[in-house]
Amino acid sequence: MLLIDCPHCGPRSETEFSYGGEAHIARPLDPAALSDAEWADYVFLRDNPKGLIRERWMHAHGCRRWFNVARDTVTYEILTVYPMGAEPPDLPERRYP
Amino acid sequence: MAQSFRLPEGGVIDRSKSLRFSFDGRSYEGHPGDTLASALLANGVHLVGRSFKYHRPRGIFSAGAEEPNALVQLGEDPRTDPNQRATQVELFDGLTAMPQHCWPSLEFDLNETASLASRFLPSGFYYKTFMWPNWKLFEGPIRHAAGLGRAPRLPDPDRYDKTYAHCDLLVVGGGPAGLAAALAAGRRGARVLLVEQDSTLGGHLLSSPDSEIDGQPAAEWVEAARAELESLPEVRVLTRSTCFAYYDHNFLGVLEKVTDHYAPYSRPQHLPRQRMWKVRAAQVVLASGAIERPPVFRDNDRPGIMLASAASAYLRRWGVKPGGRALVLTNNDSGYRAALDLKNAGVDLAAVIDLRLAAEGPLSAQARDEGIPIRSGHAVTGTQGHLRLRKAFVAPMDGEGRRVFGGGEPIECDLLAVSGGWNPTVHLFCQSKGSLEWDEQLACFRPARSMQRNQAVVGGANGTFALGEALREAHAAGLQAAEAAGFAGSGSERQAPRAGGEGDFLPLREIYLVPSIQPVGQGGKHFVDQQHDVAASDLLLALREGYRSIEHVKRYTTTGMATDQGKTSNVNAIGIVAEHLGKPVPEVGVTTFRPPYTAVTFGAFAGRDVDGLLDPERTTPMHGWHQAQGAAFEDVGQWKRAWYYPRPGEDMHTAVAREVKATRDSLGILDATTLGKIEVRGPDAARFLDLVYTNMFSTLKVGRCRYGLMLKEDGMVFDDGVTSRLAEDRFLMTTTTGGAANVLDWLEEWLQTEWPEMKVYLTSVTEQWATMTISGPKAKALLGEVSDLKLDSETFPHMSFAEGRVAGVKARVFRISFTGEMSFEINVPARYGLAVWETLIRAGAKYAITPYGTEAMHVLRAEKGFIIVGQETDGSVTPLDLGMNWIVSKKKPDFLGRRSLFRPDMQKPDRKQLVGIETEDGREVLPEGAQLVESNGAARPPVPMVGHVTSSYWSPNCGKAIALALVKGGQARMGQRLYAPLADRTVACTITEPVFFDKAGERLHG
Ligand SMILES: [Zn+2]
Repeated sequence: MLLIDCPHCGPRSETEFSYGGEAHIARPLDPAALSDAEWADYVFLRDNPKGLIRERWMHAHGCRRWFNVARDTVTYEILTVYPMGAEPPDLPERRYP
Repeated sequence: MAQSFRLPEGGVIDRSKSLRFSFDGRSYEGHPGDTLASALLANGVHLVGRSFKYHRPRGIFSAGAEEPNALVQLGEDPRTDPNQRATQVELFDGLTAMPQHCWPSLEFDLNETASLASRFLPSGFYYKTFMWPNWKLFEGPIRHAAGLGRAPRLPDPDRYDKTYAHCDLLVVGGGPAGLAAALAAGRRGARVLLVEQDSTLGGHLLSSPDSEIDGQPAAEWVEAARAELESLPEVRVLTRSTCFAYYDHNFLGVLEKVTDHYAPYSRPQHLPRQRMWKVRAAQVVLASGAIERPPVFRDNDRPGIMLASAASAYLRRWGVKPGGRALVLTNNDSGYRAALDLKNAGVDLAAVIDLRLAAEGPLSAQARDEGIPIRSGHAVTGTQGHLRLRKAFVAPMDGEGRRVFGGGEPIECDLLAVSGGWNPTVHLFCQSKGSLEWDEQLACFRPARSMQRNQAVVGGANGTFALGEALREAHAAGLQAAEAAGFAGSGSERQAPRAGGEGDFLPLREIYLVPSIQPVGQGGKHFVDQQHDVAASDLLLALREGYRSIEHVKRYTTTGMATDQGKTSNVNAIGIVAEHLGKPVPEVGVTTFRPPYTAVTFGAFAGRDVDGLLDPERTTPMHGWHQAQGAAFEDVGQWKRAWYYPRPGEDMHTAVAREVKATRDSLGILDATTLGKIEVRGPDAARFLDLVYTNMFSTLKVGRCRYGLMLKEDGMVFDDGVTSRLAEDRFLMTTTTGGAANVLDWLEEWLQTEWPEMKVYLTSVTEQWATMTISGPKAKALLGEVSDLKLDSETFPHMSFAEGRVAGVKARVFRISFTGEMSFEINVPARYGLAVWETLIRAGAKYAITPYGTEAMHVLRAEKGFIIVGQETDGSVTPLDLGMNWIVSKKKPDFLGRRSLFRPDMQKPDRKQLVGIETEDGREVLPEGAQLVESNGAARPPVPMVGHVTSSYWSPNCGKAIALALVKGGQARMGQRLYAPLADRTVACTITEPVFFDKAGERLHG
């Protein structure tokens, strides 16, 4: 069970959080201008990397704030947490065979 | 004679006290310090159970957690536990245990004939037999013959606790390595938690009390370590506590057996039976030791055959002779430890059969010096003895170890102590995703790479078997953990404890399958997994049938899948597969280790979260009134909602029909407090609502209400409810009862992650307001009598709200309707809820005001064709499917889910669409969930399903059954006939518009 460092409350167990999937997927500003395929890509398709992922979490049983987490999906290490809206930190990609 | 196999002295038992216990209905005696297994052996009892598949007699095979055979049913209902390892059950006065899966008795088991039929129970038997359509024929007899113990029939009377612990260092294992690590870190002031599954510290030192550490006998060193740990204020030692699971980020589960070792009558009442510890550790040191590996030879499962380390443990720790005449079989030096212990205890030792070409190593040399007969290059080719080992056959092997010469010389013995090397106990390490490597020299898998940070594996668990080296390694790991947790050294620290090299068992000869006089599978069985009765021949069959991956071989044969999870069998299975395929062991690979290490009682997982404490119950301020009226309740999420109010003699059907009719005829009242209520405030509130609802809210005037539909981005209906504009920048949103929390989460998510620039904030006010809906032709009259509100339709039209006093209490009143009748939803501060409700009931008496529950509410809304999100919708239904295009704004350029509505799939004419359904008979109420088809039952299957019933009721107001359904292309099928095939008949029905009552909607206006 992950230990997640909430930027507002400090390290807490995973059970206090809810998961929000891949981060940095901006909602299109003009959905009507998108093709069906482009819209489907936004709604349905997400990366499933083996290695570095940037994802969203919400401290549901705490401050109820959303924030971003950079995590390694192989080791489950949390590399950093950073606020919503911030630029993704520059982290080396993690490659696994 | 009582305890005739107890040695006159020795062992860590209290001989001054006797404990009485019973096994299989017979009485015995033992001493404090005994396990059930050691006490049985002291009384000469080896036969303790029957095997899972073949019902072969089985004995005590080990002295610890790895036990595959000695599983017993402990205690009596309601305090009974199946599958308890006799080797780990501490003896207490009055203990009762029964053998498992034997019938009619342990000595005479009818199912043992299954052994004779064993060629009909090969690997993959279940997969080959339990196939459609005949599997039912086999299930009953097989279940009767198999089975592992029985669950208690009565509720568990005991209490269990859960607790959390945070520490700088968790040490798993209280053997020499664990103690050394805990001492090193504890002396620096680190908060250390040491957990040990045994009742006492010491690990394998308990079986070798004369080993020396720091010049002291091991037993004294352990006692000094215990005392020192106890004196350190930040150190906590938990014995009888098994670390059973290791999850990410150093989160571990520990089961502490708090009072299981007391006689039931003396269990302290203030203590729980067991306690579940959830530990988050900054650092973890695994000192979980090693488990001896048995060699696999023919008929290696008879009572009297046990691990060599277990024989030593029974002799040295418990002062019990595990047999009268012994034979030892080994492929390494450590088997000679048992030989020496047996000889010293005065057991008649026939010989040591050494699978190696020559007996080598310090213990071998000592045995030779002491005159113990050794036969190297020999194998045990088979055994005899039904309920107890009587004889073993010994023959010389060829140089390869693949064949034996001659028929085998019989050697009389009732104990065969066996050793095939050692496996580090890597379960927890592997659960935490650590990877293993094969150590060629030690012939075992040992930890290679940790996946968790701040983790160390030391001692036997790490393949460091020599005592002195293990102590050094553990001491260093303890210091390092303390350092990493911020506890620096002082410079004048104690050194690592010193000890000799004992415990090393090399050299070892790798032979996984010991040859016999006949090919494997003939004349007897080479058991690999004794608990699941998997023999080497089963593994070879799986290979012949084409299985190659060890994970597949494991599942096909069920090797290692019993309650012991293959602690004594997995590596042998891998070794045998490797030998047979001619591959190196590491190429075959290892199977996955999963929690729990040993079984954990459900009660411990549940803790106090049972019965009323399982989940919070939410009740409304009027709950007591509903109870007093004898209401039946239904669970809606965590809410208890009044379902219907039966009068004396009424069943549910009659009560609901009465409530439904009364509401339309005169006046009904509903407790609607549970509807979710969210206040949406801020300058951007209207703009925000325009984005989250399909229809427009920015145009809503203050004082007016509007029904809204929310979609997810995929265009599917997610929630609905009425939202009212309280002020220019302030709205009150209502949600479904079950969806309230999800809607709040959903809105928060958009505000925080996508539109942080919007000045909007959300407050859940569900519990701040008590809500009661009065509905029916007399609603206006009643409200007029108890409030100061102007109720004429000019001032207070449908879909508007007003503030005023109701029953003297400040109230928000909404004129909205979910029944189709004129209705008022009265909201008062929660603490006045009951008083206002009772006033309405009193004042409404002259109109025969009738409280109605959720069931009547459902019928009333279905008569009007109003949907319930979650009943008519299931996450795959769009507003268009519901025929609710009218609520989808054509003017707004964007709202959540809008773009998805234009996807080609959403426009397809054959999507399931909401329709009404009436049965031909009119009185026949379809079951909800019934499938709908186009043919009347004469058609051959498969028959295409064209839809299903989502809601179905008897409608007293329409005088007939009504239903709502989702039907493919339903909106274009009005008047068509469909059929609902039920279990015993097929019901003909007709598709209608989904509105059954007051289609013009005139009753809303009174
Ligand atoms: Zn937080």
